[in-house]
Amino acid sequence: MATVSFQGATRHFPGSDKPAVDKLDLDIEDGEFMVLVGPSGCGKSTSLRMLAGLEEVDAGSIRIGDRDITNLPPKDRDIAMVFQNYALYPHMTVADNMGFALKMANTPKDEREKRVREAAEILALTDYLHRKPAALSGGQRQRVAMGRAIVRSPQVFCMDEPLSNLDAKLRVSTRTQIASLQRRLGVTTVYVTHDQVEAMTMGDRVAVLKDGLLEQVDTPLGLYDNPNTLFVAGFMGSPAMNLLPGELREDGAVVDGHLIKVQITAEERRGHDGEVTVGIRPEDFRVSDGDEGLPIKVGVVEELGADAYIYGTVGGSDGDDAITSGRDVVVRMEARRSVQKGETIHVTAEPENVRVFVTETGERLCGG
Amino acid sequence: MKALRVSLLAVLTLLFVSPVLFMFLTSFKTRQEAGRTPPTLFPEKPTTQAYDQILNAPDTPMLQWFANSLFAASLHSLLVVATSALAAYALARMDFRGKKPVFALIVATLFVPPVILIIPNYEIVARLYWLDTLIAIIVPTAANAFGVFFLRQFFLQLPRELEESAFLDGANRWQTFWRVVLPLSRPALVTLALLAFLTNWNDFLWPVYVLFSPENQTLQAGLSTLQAANSVRYDLLMAGAVIASVPVLILFVIAQRYVIEGVSRSGLKG
Repeated sequence: MATVSFQGATRHFPGSDKPAVDKLDLDIEDGEFMVLVGPSGCGKSTSLRMLAGLEEVDAGSIRIGDRDITNLPPKDRDIAMVFQNYALYPHMTVADNMGFALKMANTPKDEREKRVREAAEILALTDYLHRKPAALSGGQRQRVAMGRAIVRSPQVFCMDEPLSNLDAKLRVSTRTQIASLQRRLGVTTVYVTHDQVEAMTMGDRVAVLKDGLLEQVDTPLGLYDNPNTLFVAGFMGSPAMNLLPGELREDGAVVDGHLIKVQITAEERRGHDGEVTVGIRPEDFRVSDGDEGLPIKVGVVEELGADAYIYGTVGGSDGDDAITSGRDVVVRMEARRSVQKGETIHVTAEPENVRVFVTETGERLCGG
Repeated sequence: MKALRVSLLAVLTLLFVSPVLFMFLTSFKTRQEAGRTPPTLFPEKPTTQAYDQILNAPDTPMLQWFANSLFAASLHSLLVVATSALAAYALARMDFRGKKPVFALIVATLFVPPVILIIPNYEIVARLYWLDTLIAIIVPTAANAFGVFFLRQFFLQLPRELEESAFLDGANRWQTFWRVVLPLSRPALVTLALLAFLTNWNDFLWPVYVLFSPENQTLQAGLSTLQAANSVRYDLLMAGAVIASVPVLILFVIAQRYVIEGVSRSGLKG
């Protein structure tokens, strides 16, 4: 077990004008489950591959514990990796797949078999040890890939979208299995995904990347509540945070002609005035009884049983000046409120739950 | 429509099989019948005379030729696979300066007609004192441009993750090659081995040039000595040809499973 630390780690692919990973600084605690998340091309997989030694580090360094591993070959890093397509050796049985690393390390046969058996028990693979990967289901293959990693008891697990080839239901159950297994083994884990739900549910901390740059690192709730940038605000959470263009004034922000109250100090304002983006989570909206607040024309009502999501657009018949901007808004409310499609409702939000971002730079001024 | 297709296939099949069939039938004819014009299709009096004669004649040691051919073709095909696999892996997966020009150069040699090389190769073989030895037909084409090209293309489409996984599992380059890449490439390796074996087995011109003593001949070269200057013994020639083609057919039946078998991607998704 060990800490992992990226220090200014940079990877610049030949022939590309921008680094795939740009001066990544990231410290991962011993035993921590760190999720790297971001859209495709954000550099999350490249970062992981740099840690694994499958990608060169052009500048900066990577350390595991006290060891500088920046230039070590993969085999000397003591890292196990689970690949997106599992990369099981098709010509070997499950047992041989799981024992391959131990064989390479010249572990005695008895010891090897014992450890493979133990791992197989943990992952409920005991009955399949003599099968070849071709004779396994997708979920079983995924477990073999996990088993191959845990058999070695490495210092670090690297997982590159290990769930993306599973169907939706299996993905949810495997998600919890991996998370609980990791907690039990206590092995430092770096997990790459593009799925923010996986990031939220699995990680001790989550690092959000975009265009090769680290946007923010925090606990899942920390990211959810206090996104530092517009990108993180829009990326984390499902349905996503409502991001509405507005104008910052003394008393709040004006969105499509409606004032939304904002809690902002002069210090936070930093002289910013004018164009901003207002961020409000769907669950932070309150449906008002009167016609106070932002008018929303209801498009679709999604009744989920416990609660309901209203998908609508800002605007609607608001007295005399009917403004319909066509901007999409999602509002969460309690179920069975009998809101109809086509109806106009009014919503408000507590000022402390309204985040304000500078539209141009994406940085957050206040809220959260 | 289906009937048409089947009959077309039948005609084509017959067209391709007929020489083989004719060879087989002629080998069981008497000397007189085999040389007759117009030829008969089925032997009037089937006999194994031709086989008796060529297998027992002291001036045509068929079994020795057969053994020579088998030994040379096997060793040659082994060498081709070994050199091609190593070179192809380096060209497919390793980074080194001048990789592209080297590969281009190797491929370019594919366009050189083999006949051009007979004289220079003869010179080389002669200076190495390999004339009239089987080494002369085993070694010269053991580094095979086609094999390098063929295996490189195959290695390129193997999933890279399998090798990366092996690296992370602690395997070095050689172990990854030996334990992961080669086992996964079995269909390609067998195909190449088979092709190399057949080329060597069927080669006629080169062995005729470099092998002189009757006991050092390969089967194909030896068979040509059955054609005397003014009389052609078709019965003997065809019997020899049958003996020469049977191992090839057997080999093909055994190996076609591998040749046809696609790449196994079963460890991956899907």
